Amino acid sequence: MYVSFLALHIPDGFLSTEIAIVGWILVVPILAYALRQTKRHLGERQVPFLGVIAAFIFAAQAINFPVAAGTSGHLLGGALAAILLGPWAATVIMVAVIVIQALLFQDGGLVVMGWNIINMGVITSFTGYAAYIFIKRLMGNRSGSHLSGAFFGAWLSVVVASLATAIQLAFSGTVPLRLALPAMASVHILIGVGEAIITVGAVSLLLVLRPELLTSGEMAPGKKGAYFTVGGILLVLFVAALSPFASMNPDGLEAVAAQGGFLQLGENPVYEIFPDYVFPLIQNEAVATFLAVGVGAMIVFVISILIGRRAARPQGVPK
Amino acid sequence: MHFNLADQYHHRESIVHGLNPRVKVLGVVLYIFAVGLLPEGEWLGFLLYFLFLIISYQLSGLEFFFVLRRSLIALPFLLAAFAIPFTTPGDEWMKLPIIGWTITETGAIRFASIVIRAWLAVQAAVVLISTTRIPDLFWSLSALGMPSILVSTINFMYRYLFVLADEVLRMLRARSARSPRLPHKPKPPVLWEGRVAGSMVGSLFIRSIERSERVYSAMLSRGFDGRVLVKRKFKMKQTDWIIMVAVIAFVFMSQGLIHLR
Repeated sequence: MYVSFLALHIPDGFLSTEIAIVGWILVVPILAYALRQTKRHLGERQVPFLGVIAAFIFAAQAINFPVAAGTSGHLLGGALAAILLGPWAATVIMVAVIVIQALLFQDGGLVVMGWNIINMGVITSFTGYAAYIFIKRLMGNRSGSHLSGAFFGAWLSVVVASLATAIQLAFSGTVPLRLALPAMASVHILIGVGEAIITVGAVSLLLVLRPELLTSGEMAPGKKGAYFTVGGILLVLFVAALSPFASMNPDGLEAVAAQGGFLQLGENPVYEIFPDYVFPLIQNEAVATFLAVGVGAMIVFVISILIGRRAARPQGVPK
Repeated sequence: MHFNLADQYHHRESIVHGLNPRVKVLGVVLYIFAVGLLPEGEWLGFLLYFLFLIISYQLSGLEFFFVLRRSLIALPFLLAAFAIPFTTPGDEWMKLPIIGWTITETGAIRFASIVIRAWLAVQAAVVLISTTRIPDLFWSLSALGMPSILVSTINFMYRYLFVLADEVLRMLRARSARSPRLPHKPKPPVLWEGRVAGSMVGSLFIRSIERSERVYSAMLSRGFDGRVLVKRKFKMKQTDWIIMVAVIAFVFMSQGLIHLR
């Protein structure tokens, strides 16, 4: 029954040992802080509450819907958890989910788990939450602001997490950045739409049945620093993608292109899969991908506002 | 709900089953670290580490094919490494017949090495999960320094995982009973189907919140005061020390041999 859905669970062996250790060094203080915040907020209720909700996220990942050509949309859940419970509680929940997936189902590695927690726990929770409260503040009390925020937050969370995964793979020398970044981004821009649709569906049902749950999510700790955290994450990703480390390993396409074999490949098949990402005037694929994701984010931003307004109207049966 | 778990192997008796779970977790993590440190193309080293696994199968009475089947879960991620053979600079090794892409020798070696490392690591994790009872595994996490509040959360998650998974299974069955795909009827729009899936997630969330409230009040009524107590505890026995030292010695000696050669 158990199937791994997203290309975000990095298995052991795909990251270099040094990079894996760096991930753990980053995770330990973040996790300690997240636990302190949730403990202050929830008290001794924390353990059963977060435990059951973590099981909920795990189970909800099995709910899917057919999209096209045998692929299906499904949920990662970090953004939804953050919208409903605040980013710190969502981080703890996603840690529990990732630990269970790695230990019990071997989905995601043990030694590289630090990065899996950062990508699928910390990054999804915080980007999802920050985008959600940003749109909510922008639209004010208009109906549909929750839904627009949920759509944009869920989409952005998956895309940013995929960029981070690509950069870690590149730093480890597993895949060259100029391939990993556009490939991961293009796949997850689509996967993110599935995530966004399900998240909007969940939030719109909760708005009707239990609107107080959404209000309590906004009261949860983590609101103050959310923008700064996400700004920091995006800045680090951008700098990392441009840094010489990312292309330090001799995998640069030029070296191969010099031999001729890969030159045609570079010009023809692979990059034609991602025509949207190759901006004619920009030579650096990392910059091009970030630009493309930025433009994509603006488009999705507009779509989310439209969707929120439309979905806020009473829904009927499809014709 | 039936998960493809390894519980049916937990009740066997063997040296590996009887080990202190802390030793097993440490040993597996150390093993995966060591596999990650093996240089690319170090085939003898990979073979040595594979033999180490075979010995652990023998000691724990696990069938190789069971572990093999479980270890395939990491396969989809290979897509992420798909480009390596084509993009790594080096001497041309072979050309793909129809599309004409060139595979370099260093690229092929690097690709094979990553695949082997990932495969060995997953197998080690499968041995751990197949020979250790889940509560013991969680106990060892707190014994190794994971904050106890996090371990308890994970423990709770595991306990309600199957309950909520059953809930999902019922919801999925209800959905397919009420909106079947009929032949000659147009497909419903994707957005609508997505919204239905989202509503299912939302109602599952409400049920989970309500369940967690019931669970918490049941705990309070039984005297819960914020502490989670564990009955089973493990002490380090002689075999535990021997195996621990053996694993450490294997890792250090093999790494020393490989890197100093």
